[in-house]
Amino acid sequence: MELKGKIWKFGDNVDTDAIIPARYLNTSDPAELARHCMEDADPAFPGTVKKGDIIVAGANFGCGSSREHAPIAIKAAGVACVIAKSFARIFYRNAFNMGLPILECPEAFDSVAEGDEVSVSLASGEISVPAKGVKLKARPVPEFMQSLLNAGGLMSYVKKKARL
Amino acid sequence: MGMTTVEKILASHAGLDRVIPGQLIEARVDLVLANDITAPIAIKEFREAGARKVFDRERIVLVPDHFAPNKDIASAEQCRIMREFAVEQSLKYYFEVGEMGIEHALLPEQGLVLPGDIVIGADSHTCTYGALGAFATGVGSTDVAAAMITGEAWFKVPETIRFVYKGTLQPWVSGKDLILYTIGDIGVDGARYKAMEFSGEALAALSVESRLTMANMAIEAGAKCGIFNPDAKTIQFVRERTSRGYTVYESDRDAHYAEVREYDVSSVEPQVSFPHSPANTRPVSAAGTIPINQSVIGSCTNGRIEDLRSAAQVLKGRRVASGVRLIIIPATQAIYKQALKEGLFEIFLDAHAVISTPTCGPCLGGHMGILAKGETAIATTNRNFVGRMGHPESRVFLSNPAVAAASAVLGRIASPEEL
Ligand code: SF4
Repeated sequence: MELKGKIWKFGDNVDTDAIIPARYLNTSDPAELARHCMEDADPAFPGTVKKGDIIVAGANFGCGSSREHAPIAIKAAGVACVIAKSFARIFYRNAFNMGLPILECPEAFDSVAEGDEVSVSLASGEISVPAKGVKLKARPVPEFMQSLLNAGGLMSYVKKKARL
Repeated sequence: MGMTTVEKILASHAGLDRVIPGQLIEARVDLVLANDITAPIAIKEFREAGARKVFDRERIVLVPDHFAPNKDIASAEQCRIMREFAVEQSLKYYFEVGEMGIEHALLPEQGLVLPGDIVIGADSHTCTYGALGAFATGVGSTDVAAAMITGEAWFKVPETIRFVYKGTLQPWVSGKDLILYTIGDIGVDGARYKAMEFSGEALAALSVESRLTMANMAIEAGAKCGIFNPDAKTIQFVRERTSRGYTVYESDRDAHYAEVREYDVSSVEPQVSFPHSPANTRPVSAAGTIPINQSVIGSCTNGRIEDLRSAAQVLKGRRVASGVRLIIIPATQAIYKQALKEGLFEIFLDAHAVISTPTCGPCLGGHMGILAKGETAIATTNRNFVGRMGHPESRVFLSNPAVAAASAVLGRIASPEEL
């Protein structure tokens, strides 16, 4: 899939309390979660983020709690994809399981600026900012994760396996 | 070449003779856990998949602890979804308010986790159970939904970093201080995707409770799990609680480690993590003058009886400084009762502390002690991210229970030595 969007930049160690503060976890309604997505890190984010925008972050994105509300909030806010130097492991796992596209690309953070228009190919992992002549390649997605994605997420995979 | 404890547990549950780091496996799980925040999403997914029955009604544990007793209507609805599911599926281990406690204190106490088990939980601090020699790791709600159906989960076999602690502990230094010290050393992603294996003579001297505190915070270094090789104390702890059978796995002498790090703990002081990262640690003597508004003693990290005893030892015959709120939260009903029996509540009440029913409460900014703008708290919890305990402009410092108690008495971050 080809994605095109405007970049929002966040630094290293963006934790799940920054992505969706625990005070809003008394619901799992995606629209409600989206209204508070990233608000403690950047209060302007939930009001201004546009459908198709892309988050570019530093190392260890999504560290902290296991709340799936974090990738749900990001997806429901309209973010098409998260590119980071690296991801915390539970966030990484959750994103694949629930279908939020994420790419690991250590070079992206230093090569792009907030507001840049970026194109991303999920299939090939190519990331480019045409205005700046930037062309990068994300780390390949492991085979097993690829098969999860192809099956349409973990639940479809399990459904097939459990013959439901 | 030999295998580590974690590799052996994963291999045995995947039906394999051996596994190597990086390998993706599907393994049988012994226990699946979720709470009032994560279970509702898992239950929704379970139903949407068309599943009717959980794989085993005795291997799923649901605990309403985060926003329970219900803090508002929305939380009450979340708890109701979970309660109704527990009844419908005749789950053996659903802990209602009055029986419940903070999940990671409750499960070991109830004898639900044994050495050699694989436990997954839709809560990042599921790694706590590694203290008992189990492979336990936090996952998301979707993983829990899948495991409730199949009794299996997929894992990437992690590399293991071995931590060796030598020497003898100073007074007032606990498992909490060792883990904060370690996270301060390696950073919040120092063990990302890896297993942390804790060992050494200094840990052999620690109680099982202190070990639970250490394994609990492995996630704060980004680890997949923290693990201790079981010893006589571990075996006694589980024998007192359950008759279920178990297998003890231990790392081979020639097991491969990604790294081995050694610490001499003899010179380690009580540690304090400064905002806004658990890795931002300093010895308490170097904390400087930091006035506090609130002190919280509780959570899955430090809400056990040993922690309350340590706080009581500091608070006995003393009073909380004026302008400071001291909130004490025994982690389970059994701990609550034990503390009451030992007379700890009288010490706390005389010191002008409040005692809460078991709940996660303020640890994640839920209820029972939320911070206002500009306020500062010291807490025995495990995270001090921006806004974790309330207003985004409040601050949380992390410490052990004795330091949190001494700080409450002096009105600023302080060591019990200063009293
Ligand atoms: S006490 Fe805090 S860290 Fe532990 S399970 Fe509850 S919210 Fe999570």
